[in-house]
Amino acid sequence: MKHTISVLLQNKPGVLSRVTGLFSGRGFNIESLSVAPTLEADVSCLTLVTVGDDAIVEQITKQLHKLIDVIKVTDISEFEYVEREMALIRVKAEPSTRAEILRICDIFRGKVVDVSAKSYALEVTGTCDKVQAMIDILRPIGIQEIIRTGTIAMTRASKKY
Amino acid sequence: MKITGAQALLKCLEEQKVHTIFGFPGGAVIDLYDEILAAEKLTHVLVRHEQAAVHAADAYARVTGDVGVALVTSGPGATNTVTGIASAYADSIPIVVFTGQVPTGLIGNDAFQEVDIVGITRPCTKHNYLVKDVNDLVPTIREAFHIARTGRPGPVLVDLPKDVMASKILFPEPQQVKMRTYRPTYEPHPGQIEKACRAILKARRPVIYAGGGVILSNAHEELTELARTADIPVTMTLMGLGGFPGTDSLSMGMLGMHGTYYANMAVANCDLLIAVGSRFDDRVTGRVDAFAPHAKIIHIDIDPTSISKNVKVHIPIVADCKHALTAMNTWFARSGEFNGKAEKENHALWLQQIKEWKAAHPLGYVEKTDVIKPQFVVQKLHELTGGNAIITTEVGQNQMWAAQFYHFNHPRAFMTSGGLGVMGYGFPAAIGAQMAAPDRVVIDIAGDGSIQMNIQEMATAMQYKLPVKIAILNNNFLGMVRQWQELFYDKKYSATILDVAPDFVALARAYGAVGLRATKPSEVEPVIKEALATKNLVVMDFVIEREEGVYPMVPAGKATTEMLLV
Ligand SMILES: Cc1ncc(C[n+]2csc(CCOP(=O)(O)OP(=O)(O)O)c2C)c(N)n1
Ligand SMILES: [Mg+2]
Repeated sequence: MKHTISVLLQNKPGVLSRVTGLFSGRGFNIESLSVAPTLEADVSCLTLVTVGDDAIVEQITKQLHKLIDVIKVTDISEFEYVEREMALIRVKAEPSTRAEILRICDIFRGKVVDVSAKSYALEVTGTCDKVQAMIDILRPIGIQEIIRTGTIAMTRASKKY
Repeated sequence: MKITGAQALLKCLEEQKVHTIFGFPGGAVIDLYDEILAAEKLTHVLVRHEQAAVHAADAYARVTGDVGVALVTSGPGATNTVTGIASAYADSIPIVVFTGQVPTGLIGNDAFQEVDIVGITRPCTKHNYLVKDVNDLVPTIREAFHIARTGRPGPVLVDLPKDVMASKILFPEPQQVKMRTYRPTYEPHPGQIEKACRAILKARRPVIYAGGGVILSNAHEELTELARTADIPVTMTLMGLGGFPGTDSLSMGMLGMHGTYYANMAVANCDLLIAVGSRFDDRVTGRVDAFAPHAKIIHIDIDPTSISKNVKVHIPIVADCKHALTAMNTWFARSGEFNGKAEKENHALWLQQIKEWKAAHPLGYVEKTDVIKPQFVVQKLHELTGGNAIITTEVGQNQMWAAQFYHFNHPRAFMTSGGLGVMGYGFPAAIGAQMAAPDRVVIDIAGDGSIQMNIQEMATAMQYKLPVKIAILNNNFLGMVRQWQELFYDKKYSATILDVAPDFVALARAYGAVGLRATKPSEVEPVIKEALATKNLVVMDFVIEREEGVYPMVPAGKATTEMLLV
């Protein structure tokens, strides 16, 4: 099963390689990974998506927690949460397909961020599934390049007021 | 008054009550060595290879229960420590390794003798640091010692650029280390303790499976109390030997690949397995699904990642072993439900069964009058030292015979590279142990192959007048590998014959040590007696049965009940 794990880390040199080294060294897989500073300047948040059965994911969270520079590990998938990913997609654009591309972009609430004589670059954000759906639909038209950020995620605020 | 980084480091060592360090100099740490010469309270042991410095620090830590320290230079000095660090990591031994580094301005430039030792050792240290600013030096060192000795202990490496050692600072006031992200759990959850105790009350066929955690947390007394109160038989891992008296009637010795028949049978048939500071290593479990298949499992460990990693655990207790066992003993003592007598009756049948297994297949070997049996040598060593020596081992058959036949009654008396299995560990470890315990008899039970991996340390032992005894069980083979070839590879002895070997007696003499040789069983006792009476480094060369095997043996990947017996 897919799990989205959020890791708060001390923002120090080498910390990221401790995390990735843990995954490669123990044969855990990483589907995507993204990391950036949080409100606190010396703390980073790393979101990673991994696939594994419950026992493996339990090991992953425990092992992450064991790293000295890790502050907090949350398996976000256990909670209600929102997730987003952004992709930049360059598609081949010919006079005959331009309208179709723009229509698809519209349906997915994407944006055209770069235009050339022969291609459009589109920006789309959404859940990983939505981004994937847009890619799948554009594929027959001719995708030249894709850059994805990987998923970031946040648990929903408590509904209790 | 401002002092240099090098001076600050030495002050830190004093603050940490470090009296002995093991090291080897070089350009990047020359400032430090300049200070060491003046440090009166510090003994520096100059080894002859950096790997030995780390193994010695490791054994020093095991004997004293405190942190061992090694100091080496940058580049090759640092890379030479990697095996020692990885071994300490696998065995959870608290050490701090200081490595020199090129000046901060040159880092990343492929400078002379530069390696990214922090990168190299990231997966085999508990934590590591590169100190780039002299103002971070003292807090970092304090943190390093704190991390090494607390929680599940382990090696910590601190990389020290040369310019940082020469820069000046005001030495910061001593401070309690407080870390936001690192707070090991020492106290057990009372609910889990109660569950565990109730499970023990209910059990008919309980077994305690004790590991290195018992020794690391000094929990041998608490463990012994629990076992004796409830009459629970105890088996130990290689790392756990000495955690419970080996000659006690409740002791079943070691379990696993070369464990006793009765320990493995008991685990396979128990209805409750109480794992204390052990980690279900593959050398212990054999085929995992056949390991303690009928048992409810209690697992006490300070490291949550050890719990349910290889084998699903029913009652996890994350805590220091000593704290958890104390809580259990207290629970039994206080709880009105505990009825010692009924308890013992409950377990009497089970103990009887184990006795029968013991009688059917005791630990043994085929005795001979004309050839020396290695097991006989270990038995004699036990007898002639009254079981009170500190034993270190190399790796291979020698290690297993030592584990099987030197019945350890005390903790911190057996040092072996358990998790990593490093040939060449035993002799430097003996040096570290002898530095820690000058008045004890320290014996390295060695193989003829392994001893050659750090034989250069004879010079170290001579320099510091360490009367270490080396007992080589000389089979002219890489014996353990040969045994596998004999059993599973049609006796094709590929690359395991060591016919070309030094004359160990002459070699000992070349270093100024004493060399003794025994070739017949009748010579074993006199040789050991002479060695024990000699206040000098002694190499005993026991020419043993060449193709002797270690038994019982569970072939790799088999269930632990599928033992090959003597
Ligand atoms: C550094 C290292 N290299 C290789 C091995 C693999 N190995 C395990 S036991 C062994 C044979 C050891 O021979 P010896 O020291 O003579 O001990 P014996 O088994 O003969 O008692 C070898 C090569 C190892 N454990 N460590
Ligand atoms: Mg040998």
